[in-house]
Formats: sequence, structure tokens, C-alpha cells
Amino acid sequence: MAADKQYRVVGTRPIRHDGVDKVTGEARYGADIHLPGMLHGKVLRSPHAHARILRIDTSKAEAHPDVKAVITGVDLPQVADKVQDLGEMVVNLKDESNRILATGKVLYEGHPVAALAAADPHTAEEALKLIDVEYEPLQPVLDVRKAMEPDAPILNPNQRTSGIGAGDGKPSNLARHFRHERGDIERGFAEADAVIEREFITSMIHQGYIELQNGTAHITPDGRLTIWCSSQGAFSIRDQVANICNIPLSMIKVVPMEIGGGFGGKTGVYLEPLAALLAKKSRKPVKMTMTRAEVLTATGPTSGSYIKCKIGAKKDGTLTAAHVELYYEAGAFPGSPVGAASGTCLAPFKLDNVRIDGYDIVVNKPKTGAYRAPGATNAAFATEGVVSELADQIGMDPIEFRQKNAVQQGDRRADGPLFSKIGHVETLEATAESPHWNEPLEPSSDPAKKRGRGVASGFWFNGAGAATASISVFADGTVSLIEGSADIGGHRASCAMIAAEVLCLNAEDVKPQVGDTDSIGYTSVTGGSSATHKTGWATHEAALKVKAEVVNRAAKMLEVDPDEIEYHDDATLSAASKPDAKLTFAQVAARANSTGGPIVGEAGLSTGGAGNAFGTTIVDVEVDVETGKVDILRCTTVQDVGKAIHPSYVEGQMQGGAVQGIGWALSEEYVYSGEGRLLNASLLDYRMPTTLDAPLIETIMVEVANPAHPYGVRGVGEVPIVPPVAAIAEAIYNATGVRMYQAPMNPAYVLSRIQGKA
Amino acid sequence: MAEKRRVQFIVNGDKAEVYCSPRESLLEALRDHLYLTGTKEGCNNGNCGACTVQLNDRIVDSCLVLAVECEGDEVLTVEGLAGENGLHPVQQAFLEHAALQCGVCTPGFLVASKALLDANPNPTEHELRYFLAGNLCRCTGYDKIVHAVMAAAQTIQENE
Amino acid sequence: MKDIEYAAPRSLDEAAAILNERGSRARPLAGGTDIIVQVREGCRDIDILVDVKKIPELSAVQFNRDEGLTLGAAVPCYQIYNNAEVAQAYPGLIDAAILIGAAQIQGRASFGGNLCNASPAADTICPLIVHSAVCSIYGPDGSRAVPVEEFCSAPGQTVLKQGEFLVSIALPPPKPSAAGRYLRFIPRNEMDIAVAGAAAYVELENGMIGSARVALAAVAPTPLFVAEIGERLAGQDITDETLREAGEIARAAARPIDDMRGTVEHRKELCAVLTRRALKGAIERAQENA
Repeated sequence: MAADKQYRVVGTRPIRHDGVDKVTGEARYGADIHLPGMLHGKVLRSPHAHARILRIDTSKAEAHPDVKAVITGVDLPQVADKVQDLGEMVVNLKDESNRILATGKVLYEGHPVAALAAADPHTAEEALKLIDVEYEPLQPVLDVRKAMEPDAPILNPNQRTSGIGAGDGKPSNLARHFRHERGDIERGFAEADAVIEREFITSMIHQGYIELQNGTAHITPDGRLTIWCSSQGAFSIRDQVANICNIPLSMIKVVPMEIGGGFGGKTGVYLEPLAALLAKKSRKPVKMTMTRAEVLTATGPTSGSYIKCKIGAKKDGTLTAAHVELYYEAGAFPGSPVGAASGTCLAPFKLDNVRIDGYDIVVNKPKTGAYRAPGATNAAFATEGVVSELADQIGMDPIEFRQKNAVQQGDRRADGPLFSKIGHVETLEATAESPHWNEPLEPSSDPAKKRGRGVASGFWFNGAGAATASISVFADGTVSLIEGSADIGGHRASCAMIAAEVLCLNAEDVKPQVGDTDSIGYTSVTGGSSATHKTGWATHEAALKVKAEVVNRAAKMLEVDPDEIEYHDDATLSAASKPDAKLTFAQVAARANSTGGPIVGEAGLSTGGAGNAFGTTIVDVEVDVETGKVDILRCTTVQDVGKAIHPSYVEGQMQGGAVQGIGWALSEEYVYSGEGRLLNASLLDYRMPTTLDAPLIETIMVEVANPAHPYGVRGVGEVPIVPPVAAIAEAIYNATGVRMYQAPMNPAYVLSRIQGKA
Repeated sequence: MAEKRRVQFIVNGDKAEVYCSPRESLLEALRDHLYLTGTKEGCNNGNCGACTVQLNDRIVDSCLVLAVECEGDEVLTVEGLAGENGLHPVQQAFLEHAALQCGVCTPGFLVASKALLDANPNPTEHELRYFLAGNLCRCTGYDKIVHAVMAAAQTIQENE
Repeated sequence: MKDIEYAAPRSLDEAAAILNERGSRARPLAGGTDIIVQVREGCRDIDILVDVKKIPELSAVQFNRDEGLTLGAAVPCYQIYNNAEVAQAYPGLIDAAILIGAAQIQGRASFGGNLCNASPAADTICPLIVHSAVCSIYGPDGSRAVPVEEFCSAPGQTVLKQGEFLVSIALPPPKPSAAGRYLRFIPRNEMDIAVAGAAAYVELENGMIGSARVALAAVAPTPLFVAEIGERLAGQDITDETLREAGEIARAAARPIDDMRGTVEHRKELCAVLTRRALKGAIERAQENA
């Protein structure tokens, strides 16, 4: 299908199919489950960031009449040191088991130590106090640079550095050091007219989904386990529970409930294995939900980081060399997104001389999880910041500078791979031509308020993967669509639109739903901005099968050869030899059972060909130079979206990503005490943007179709969070003349920079 | 244990009764006793607005109200917004303007938006943002929510 | 949440009896926006919440221009800012009423509750102090009055004795050429606890500052009344230099701590800026109110 093709349904804006349920309160999320006889589980968590567990005594809790089951680390089966791919993160199962319930040591505040189930949540919470745990507190290490010092407290004495520096045999908090290198950076820097080297620090931050983690489990006497939960992928949850609890995956059914936001943070299991074990022990359904404090302290926020970045350029703007060193907090177990950071941080730029060093470092904080373009935003803050500074130093317009160095198809990405068809040049052009960029920013009448404009770009790979879709034709001429991807942002509507496109129906004629793990084929997680790409593609293939079968049935009904049947855009079918006998899709559907049986089409695919995404953000800020407060006045996000299947929800991704970027830039941070306790574990003090903290977000969708996809789709969910932090830093510089090297750029930091104290 | 109490109140126009302990919140009474799970828990300390309901003439965070305080009160939840004539204009506008993604903050936003428009049928963008500042949305960046509520205001005025 | 009891007395004496009997194990419940969270999160260990909203004296708003305002301790914020006469007479109080939480919180939270919660960062206490408000307290020994600036004794603690509770807060009648202003600094634009706050109240005489009162939030263990500013400003011309000096006195008077919400240095700086801006705002209002 040609990418510039005019579509009937794709590219329009129908009302989403799950919309009515979600505006009436009908939609059922994980925590909305109520089962007969259900118990409520709660988790006892470590108050220490780093401690040895000397003793756990659960006898008093077990003696409580309302407590029906208690579990600790010894109740988890021994699992192998084995790696599992969660779609956006790769994890080690032994670490995962230890993360679910600690054995031996606790490695972060909030690390689960025990869990119990009782008749109601209040009783369960109170009964936790009856579990007696004796700890030997150990010195925590919270900072990546301190964690790498020779005398740093060691989290895991069995951990040795892999990659560069491996082999000295000593235990280390540095889990991995890798390097991507091309060309000769020394020569590149020597050729430069301007070289800038800076250091950047970013705080650990959280995805901030509004729905709390939850999981409900029920196990039958013959061992069949059903889990209801809100996740980014029911199959992945099933496989993780199977591995951690040592249950055959065929004995587990995961029912995907509606999910209240994930942004990467709901790919891993937290409560599901605990609920399963408690259900097994109590022989009752067990429901567990986290509190917001538990979500913040003990799920999977994204890495804080320390980044060194050195880039050189010639007077004409040509970049000559770059060296980036990325030190990322993995949290308590290895696996930060530093690999993704290394692949994204210089991706927008044509560079022949590059060295990127990545360091994955464990610290006494929760194990990091994926968060929207994992790792990329931190890194872009550094690289885009230095690029902006270079453009400024050689006196070149920041967009022109980026255009001069912009990568195109056939160029080599800084870390190695060749780009296929990409739209970076096109998004930069659209940025330069945008109303925002071309309208002057009026100064404030208040002398304490300074205004400035900034711009920055970002890159995200996008993902693909396995997906299944199944379409059944109803007798009234509408169709049901069951697909396997958890629907976070509305891709269910996009898949329905694709089915409608193929079958020449209306979007409303398709009834989409997300199936459970027993009723639809395997589908990988909704992550890496892959869902519309892969599940949309599977839906397309399934719809083509239905279409072919409808043609066969029409042929039967018209008594002609199927090759003679023409399937028209208005969902009618005709044969040239029978000019008076036009059939509608509905007529064929109504006769299905007598023309060969129910009409169904199913497709299971392992897709590849995810098209890379580039985005650029323009932002205007106003800085109160007396208090350090920064307000966002205007924000435009420009993005190559491939093909927008449902433009409203593509815009929604761009706008949501931009505002998450605003929070990252200005107000969100994990504040730890020296002992490693999270001081701001509430939505009062973990400050996500409110309605008053962001303006309307202007969007410019650039459509450079992904040639590998039947509709030209590129993932759209992640890249919009990448540029805003760097763009806001640049805007603050433009307003105040002071550069920003820390995120968040909170008022105290901004003011201290303005006053020359930091 | 503190004695449980019988609390009688009106929920979405109908008489309702729960038998609950004093520590249970209005949110728990709605979700766990009356199975009205449209109202969501997001923080349980009044900082996200997901549990917003209307209590008599004001919106409140139902996590910050004890059920036992509600004897004789009138409560409106998201389940009570749609009427005989179908969806409330605010619900319709959220659908038409794609003002929800995951949908979990949506019930709170809808109840709050309805209360806003009842009190101020023609809000400015700033008034609207000020009134909804207690409702966090992490998906949309608020843009489409603002547009939806403005559109609902216009629909309501046109219908009058 | 731990198991608690609930009582809803209908009279002052009934409330005093329960509170006296249960002593420190009891706590009044007004809007509940702080106390419910504190009990739920285990920060305050009590056995019984005494709902005072059904006591008429605590839910009344009485105002006339001759006698001033008496604000029942459980009156929620929205009833204050929706009262046109009160809003017009005490704009400096409204500044606080409209920025506590958002609409949901303002539907429940009361000035009295905010005062009894005794947070150093409370938004209502400094405006009440600069308006010379007085607390009316009831207890087993009857009534007594305490100026608001003397009500809080430490973070989370007040001068209330066993069995005593706050009934109402009285403000003097509004004067011409006088007004208050409250400003707080938060990192976001809503929903945060003050990093620092400044309330100012001025009475103008012949175009000059007749008298002024300034109090600071979140920079000391209790809301901080800075008498020196009033002393320095009395009888002064309104100039940028005078206001700047007032700000510097505030900076010097502030005794903040470093915590997750702010640094000592930033808070002291904010005291200077907010004091200057709050005074300027109060003066502009007083001039309009001539």
C-alpha cells in the first residue's frame, strides 16, 4: 500500500471505541476487581536502603485470626541466573526474584521483605506490624560516582564488571562498561574551531501514572492460576510470573484489565507473583494494590545520571567529533537504560568521529524501569545542551546548526547502525517554518521577569515485535477485533480503524477488545512505541484474510469465480458477469453460516521494520530572576509521525510527552536523605505538572512514511519527551544568559545560577 | 475495634446504605461497599483528584472524607453524570476532543468539570485551569482536556 | 489506616467533654484534609476523631463592617471566598483561601483546621496574624482568647490544653486605606506547600505608611511574626528603598531549615522578595481602598 495513498478511515478522527466506558466509569481497571471471598494482600517493606536481614519472625502475624497467609523470600522458588527480555528492558530472573521478595539483603528503601493476606486491607496493613524483622543496617550508596569509588559499599558481592574493565575479579557496583567508537575523536577535536565540554546531572524521576500498581490472583485446587492486573502486556506478566513462581505458563491466564497509564513503568511484575503465592497459600482470591508511597519508593523509576559531554565544531557549523560518557543509576540491580542512551544521544547528528562510553551502576535505590524513551531524555539534555552552546559560540542559528548536521537515510548513527528512511530533516524544516519559531517573543513588562526561547531535538529508535489480531464477522455486517496489545493510549481505536480501512467499513463497525492470554495469540508488550506498528500490522493482515474470505463467499453467493469479484470502497461486492447482483458486506456476513461457516481471520506476526522517530521542541519560558521560578509560556512539538492513523491520539502522545518533559525539566525529582530514604514519596512533593504548569501544546505532525509498514506507521509515543528538557534549558539561557547543567532546573538551582553561586 | 456504623445517604439520586467502620473513607464506601468503581484512587491523600466526587454542592476528594461523615448527604459520582438524554455534555466533549488516553483520571476530571460549568458556565482558560488544578493527568498534557471543557461550556450554553 | 472511633457532638460542651475525657488520644475533625491523612499515614497516633462540623458556633460566618469578622473554626475556604462582603473587606485572607489545595480541598479545608494543624508552612496563619486575628478557644474551663501569633507553639503543636478546642477566629473590622496581601512561593503554580510565604497588612495615613504588620511562613518552627518590619515602616514614605529594607529585615529574621521543599539560602532570599512584593501589593490595595 503506497504511503501517500488517500485513505477512507485511516487519518480520520472517530470517537474511540472504549471511550463511552471510560467517561461513564464503566471501564474496569485492575483495582476494580471484586471477587467472592477475596482477601487483601499487603507488603512489608524495608525501611532501610541497605541492610542485611538477620531474622524474620512471622509467627505473630500468622497467629492473627484474620491473617490467612504470610510469605517471605523463602516461599519463592529458586530460579536460575537467566535473562528475560521484557520488550523495553532485559532482566535477570534471579535479580527479579530477589526484587519481588528480598532474601539475605535489602537493597533499597521499600524492598519487599514479606507479604500477607487478610480479610480487609486495613487489617492486612495493621498486621504487617506483627512481622518482626531484624536488620543489620549497612552504609548505602546513592550516587553513581561514589558507587564507583574503590572503597564504596558493595551492593552485591558476587557482581563483577562486565565489558570493558572486566576481569580484575573484584566485586564492583559497576555492572557494565561498554564503548561505541568510530573514527578518531582526537583528530576530530583538533580539527574543530570550537570545543565545548560540560557535565550534567539529572535526578531519578518517576513515570507518574495515575493508576496505582495492582494485581489480583486466584488459583484453583488443580493449580490453574488466573491473574487480573493492569499492565503493559499480559503475556509478559504471565511469563514473568511463570518464571519467578516456577509455574508452567500454560497454567496461568492473565486477564488484562484497563490500564491507567504506564509509560514503561508497567512492563515488570511487582505484586502479581506475591498475590499468586498468597492465593496459593490461602486458597482464596487475593487482591493487592499499592499505595502511592509504595509506587514512588518501590516500583521502577528511571535513572538519575551523571553525563560528561564534549563536542567540537568548525566555524561553518560542521560537527567534527563527540565524546559522551554516560553514568546511569541502575538502582538496586543492573539494567539501567544506558544502552538506549548511548544509541540516542548523538543520533540526530552526522558524525564521523565518536566515542560513547556507557556505565551501568547499581545504587541503593529502586531497580529502574523503563520510562518513555528510556535513557534518551537525560542524554539529550547533555548533548543537545552542548550543541546549543556550540551554535551560540560560533554565532549560528540553532535550527540552522542542526540542519547543517542533520542525519538522513544512509547516514550512520553515531553508535553504528545505518539509518533507513527517516524524517529528521523534514521536522527541522517544519520547525523553522512554524508559526512559533517565526513569531517574536514579547518581553515582559515586569523587570523581574525575563523571557527566552529554546529549541532542541531528540531521537527514539521505536520498537516492533510479535503481535496477534483476530477478526470475526458478525451476522449484521460489523466485526469483532480481538488483539493482544495492552491499550494505554488509544491504539485499540487505531487497530479498529485499520480493520475498517481494509474491509471498507466504518470505524464504528469494528468492535475492538484486548484479549486475555488464553484467548489471543502471543503479543509482546506495549512498549517501545510498538503497539500500533505491530498490532496494527497484524490487524491489517487479519483483515486481509477476512476480506479474501468475504470475496470467496460472495463468489459462492453470486456463483462466479472469486477472481471475478470486485470489493468496492463502500463495502459492496460485485462481479462483472452479474451486473445486477450487487452484494453488501452485511449480506455476505448474514449468509456466512450457510456459505461455509463463520468468517474469521487471524494473523500472528513477528514484525520488524520499526521506523525511527525524530522530534523537535520549541519552548518559550519566563524566568522570575528574583525567585528562580520558571514558567512555560508556549510550547510547540514537531515530530515525524510516519502516518498518523488517528491524528488526535498522535497529537495526544506529543502533548503528553511534552508536558512530562516539562515536569522533568522543572519540578520532578527524587529527594533522598543521606540514609537513602525517599523524602518526597507523595504527589504533594513529587511535583508533576498540574493544569496550571503547562500551556496548550501546539503540535506539528510531519508525515514521512515508514516504508517498511503497510500504512507507513512510526511509533509516536516516546520521542516527544526527549527534547523538552534540553529546549527548556536553552530557553532559560536565552532569557537569563545563564546555562543549566542540572535537571530539574528547580527554582533554587536556577536562582543560584543566576546569582552566580552554583 | 471501633463499632461499625450504618450510614444512609443519597448516591447518584438513589438511596444508599453502607455498614462501615469509621476509618473507611467515602472512596472506600463507594468502591468497596457499593461497587461504584468509576471513582478511582490515585494517591489517597488529596493530591491527584482521581477520587473527585460531588458532596452536596461541592466537589471533594472522596479519599479525604470519612464515610461516617456523610450521613444524610448527597453524593454524585461519574456513574451519575449521564442522564435520560444520554451523556452529559462534558462526557460527550471528552469523547469528541480525545481528552482521555488511559482514562483513569477521567472520572475525576468529569465530575470536577461539571461542577465548574455549573458554577461558571463560561470560564476563561485560566479559570478552567485553576479550577481543575487539583486533578492530575499524566497522559494528555491537559491540552485536549482544556479544549473539551471549553467546548462543553459552549454546548451547554447553546442548549439553554 | 489504624482503627479509630468517630464522634459528632452537637454542642460546645459535648465536644469539650469528649475531648477532655480522651485527652491526647482525641483530635477534632473539621475538613479532615490534614488529620485524615496524618492518621492514615501513621503520623498522628490517636483513637478518636471528634467531628466538630455539627456544632453551630464552628460553622458560622458572622460579619459586619462595625464589628468585624467571626469565622467559625470549621468553615471551609470556599464559604469564605464566596462571601462577597468578606472577600471585599479582607482580600488578604482571600489570597490564602484560594490557594490552599484546589477546589476539592477548598470545599473542606478550614482556616481553623489549618491553624490547629500548626504547620510552619500554613497558608492561612500568616494572613490571620497580620490582620491581628484572635482565636476564641473553648474547653472544660470555659472560654479564652489568644492572639493568632501566639497560638502555635511548635511544628504541629498549639497552646490548646487538654479538652480545649478552637471555636472561631475574630478579625477586627476593616479600615479605610488599609489592606492585606499574602504571597507564597511554590515550585509549581498550584497544589504545593509553601517553600516560603509572606503576609503583609498596611494602614496608610496621608499617603504614608501609618502602620504595617508582616508575618512569614515556612521559615521558622512556627509562622513568624516580624514586628521589626512594622517598627521600621511606621511613618515612612512609600518608596522602593523602604520596601527593599523591609525585605532585608525579613531575610534577617527568617530562620529556615534545609528540607526537601527548599534550601536555607533560597528561603531567605524568598523572604526578602516576597515581603517586598506582599507589602507593595497591600499598599496598592490600601490605596484603592482609600
